[in-house]
Amino acid sequence: MTKSLTHLERLEAESIHIMREVVAEAEKPVMLYSVGKDSAVMLHLARKAFYPTPPPFPLLHVDTTWKFQEMYKMRERMAKESDMDLLVHRNPEAIERGINPFDHGGLHTDIWKTEGLKQALDKYGFDAAFGGARRDEEKSRAKERVFSFRSANHRWDPKNQRPELWNLYNAKKAKGESIRVFPISNWTELDIWQYIHLNDIPIVPLYFSARRPTVERDGLLLMVDDDRFRLKPGEVPVERSIRFRTLGCYPLTGAVESNAKTLPEVIQEMLLTTTSERQGRAIDHDQAASMEKKKQEGYF
Amino acid sequence: MSLDPIYKTDALIASDIDAYLEQHQHKSLLRFITCGSVDDGKSTLIGRLLYDSKMIFEDQLAALEADSKRVGTQGQEIDFALLVDGLAAEREQGITIDVAYRFFATEKRKFIVADTPGHEQYTRNMITGASTADLAIILIDARKGILTQTRRHSYLTKLIGVRNIVLAINKMDLIGYDLAKYETILADYKIFAASIGITDFTAMPISGFKGDNITTLSANMPWYFGKPLIEHLETVEVNATADQAKPFRLPVQWVNRPNLDFRGFSGQIASGLIHIGDAVRVLPSGKTSTLAKIVTMDGELQTAVAGQSVTLCLAHEVDCSRGDVISIADNPPEVCDRFEANLVWMADDPMIVGRAYWLKLGTQLVSAIVQPPKYQINVNTMEHLAAKTLELNAIGVVELATDKPIVFEAYADNRTLGGFILIDKITNSTVAAGMLNFSLRRAQNVHWQAMDISREAHANLKNQKAAVLWFTGLSGAGKSTIANLVEKKLHRMNRHTFLLDGDNVRHGLNKDLGFTEADRIENIRRVGEVAKLMADAGLIVITAFISPFRAERKMVREMMPVGEYIEVHIDTPLADAEKRDVKGLYKKARAGQLKNFTGIDSPYEAPLTPEIRIDTTGMTAEAAADIIVEKLLG
Repeated sequence: MTKSLTHLERLEAESIHIMREVVAEAEKPVMLYSVGKDSAVMLHLARKAFYPTPPPFPLLHVDTTWKFQEMYKMRERMAKESDMDLLVHRNPEAIERGINPFDHGGLHTDIWKTEGLKQALDKYGFDAAFGGARRDEEKSRAKERVFSFRSANHRWDPKNQRPELWNLYNAKKAKGESIRVFPISNWTELDIWQYIHLNDIPIVPLYFSARRPTVERDGLLLMVDDDRFRLKPGEVPVERSIRFRTLGCYPLTGAVESNAKTLPEVIQEMLLTTTSERQGRAIDHDQAASMEKKKQEGYF
Repeated sequence: MSLDPIYKTDALIASDIDAYLEQHQHKSLLRFITCGSVDDGKSTLIGRLLYDSKMIFEDQLAALEADSKRVGTQGQEIDFALLVDGLAAEREQGITIDVAYRFFATEKRKFIVADTPGHEQYTRNMITGASTADLAIILIDARKGILTQTRRHSYLTKLIGVRNIVLAINKMDLIGYDLAKYETILADYKIFAASIGITDFTAMPISGFKGDNITTLSANMPWYFGKPLIEHLETVEVNATADQAKPFRLPVQWVNRPNLDFRGFSGQIASGLIHIGDAVRVLPSGKTSTLAKIVTMDGELQTAVAGQSVTLCLAHEVDCSRGDVISIADNPPEVCDRFEANLVWMADDPMIVGRAYWLKLGTQLVSAIVQPPKYQINVNTMEHLAAKTLELNAIGVVELATDKPIVFEAYADNRTLGGFILIDKITNSTVAAGMLNFSLRRAQNVHWQAMDISREAHANLKNQKAAVLWFTGLSGAGKSTIANLVEKKLHRMNRHTFLLDGDNVRHGLNKDLGFTEADRIENIRRVGEVAKLMADAGLIVITAFISPFRAERKMVREMMPVGEYIEVHIDTPLADAEKRDVKGLYKKARAGQLKNFTGIDSPYEAPLTPEIRIDTTGMTAEAAADIIVEKLLG
């Protein structure tokens, strides 16, 4: 009585296998939780992997203080539901210097996220960190291993990656070194949405269309999420029916105009659209190989 | 070439999204690799597949057009290779240096493509891509015919067991779509393929650049009657359930123990299927039980099959932990500690015979020593060559000995229980991929003889704690002198000791060994084993060997119970040791009369954290001996 596994069942089994390997071999793992849809799937898979035990590691949110309000709500809810510890790290230097997306451009991401992440990993001494990156997102991610090795300075050396054969992962490392592990490497955006749909996984409501206050700036449709949003002279927020394809810091994340209020409608829109997912993020457009460069410096 | 409307979608998406999702959910998955020589057009072909299956978005295409003009190699035309050559270094050099994974789907199937490198120095990446592939596309540049890399990659594909092979003779546009040239290449390949045991493959003439025979049959080659490439990929049989017909095996990854009432064994099923109530056996212990529950967060299952990640609960309290394998009771896998295997060497440093590497197979992690290769394979001629070691990208057949028995099957029967990697114990890098062929003896029959007098009893009678004082340092550093003084002091204190000296051992036990790296490692391994036996007998063992390599000192350390191995670094600067030159050896080495002399033409790897470090520039041998004795007896 054989049973043919669907591609989603195969992907799920692979991700669970990866997470269990990390827990068995690492001393102090952590899951980076960004509250987005990929994080939602990764967290759900972790709960499946160790059930009935709650996932035996904490969640870490590297906060920039500039996320959407709804993301903060979802973060607290999911930590509670999953019965996991939630660690929130905000780079004290960024707080002190008042780093923000309006005045500091690329520096904002660098200091809050890249530096903040390194600080948090060093502070708690985590030697393995799960991240929700997918290989279909971006060209340099397409080449990253599932177990991605980092030097004691958190640097990634793309030319010196360990060969990764079958489903055998080499988790050995020297003291001070760490690994970033990407359990959903082989999932596509469509797989993520479909899995959320089939498993009824809670996601931030911003992924669904609603009327929200917006301004249009530099080709991006930005949401005025709180009163810290600096309006330029003459700018007046306009109510538009929008949703988000990816979630980050609200002043840096572009919305799309949409009427998709349910998951199948969102999926339908995604499949019918003609631009790729990351276009709404300012960070990738900085320079040709921007993501590769950021990753070498320690960005997830 | 004009650019069509880019992203085409299934009509069902717009008309009935729920029906589309239902259909998509039941699609099967095909993982494949593209391989072949540099410039055979691998990246271009993948870019073409993505483009023709309408997976390129407008913004990506706009970026691609801009990039093509800036750094492309196709003049003003679209350079599809830029879609997949992601790393900056690759764009500059115009080559692929790592495995890139790409995703696309058609109405019939989902695909994951591994774009693997052509250059010989990246063969390890090609192996990586091939290890998870159901199908391999081997590309040949029609202008060039079969090249060394074609042979190498075909052989690797066969070795790693990729079931389906497509021979894509590419760049047909550049030879005027010439049937005769196509047939010559095909005939050449058939002869070569048969010689390495590939009897079944599908050949097709294509142009990745122009799009001939990719999605539709090309009008330029009316003589070709096969399927276009995408249709072949969509319809080729992937026997995804073949593993389910094999006997049940689950390598245990993690013991799931949330509370005293629940004890489950989590893992991904490597082969077979299992039902509640089936009799199971835990290996290597051989204890049996019955399957009581299959636990998942979505509810308990009655049956689980190969590929699923599950948690099993057994009816009895049996010992079972990570590394063990749960098997169907009446057809268990073998347990052994000596094997023959095919090995692909993947590290810049060559394989070192006699050195202990970590071996990871399934969830088992053991220490393994590699014997001298039986032979190396010349992948151009398939000849068996004599070899003393394996260098980067070399493929050979070797024997391996593990420090404890492992549960395994032949790679041909079970990839999870037959495929392994070797890991360097110092650098932690993955240095080799291996495929087990068979065990060299029935290791199940060799047991440890249980002794009534324990090692503690031996030591207690002597009123002491056993220990191994392992002296390491350059020749002429003063190891033997200080070791001798230490033994004299201990002897006076009524301690039972024994001094193993480097030169003395080489007169007897190790007189068959020379001074090559491999022999030095074997020398240390034997001394380590002897020291261990003596420590078992309750003695304080003192050894004085240069023992220049960290890996071997680590090997000896790991043989002993924790705390019993005490590393003593006799730290003398090379210049001082050379000045003393008691035995006149440095002089000989400098004159070129002595090869592989530590410090001169062979490295000394100083201990990073020895238990005791003696700086001989600042104290007498007598004072050093006192420090060591004091530390030992604490």
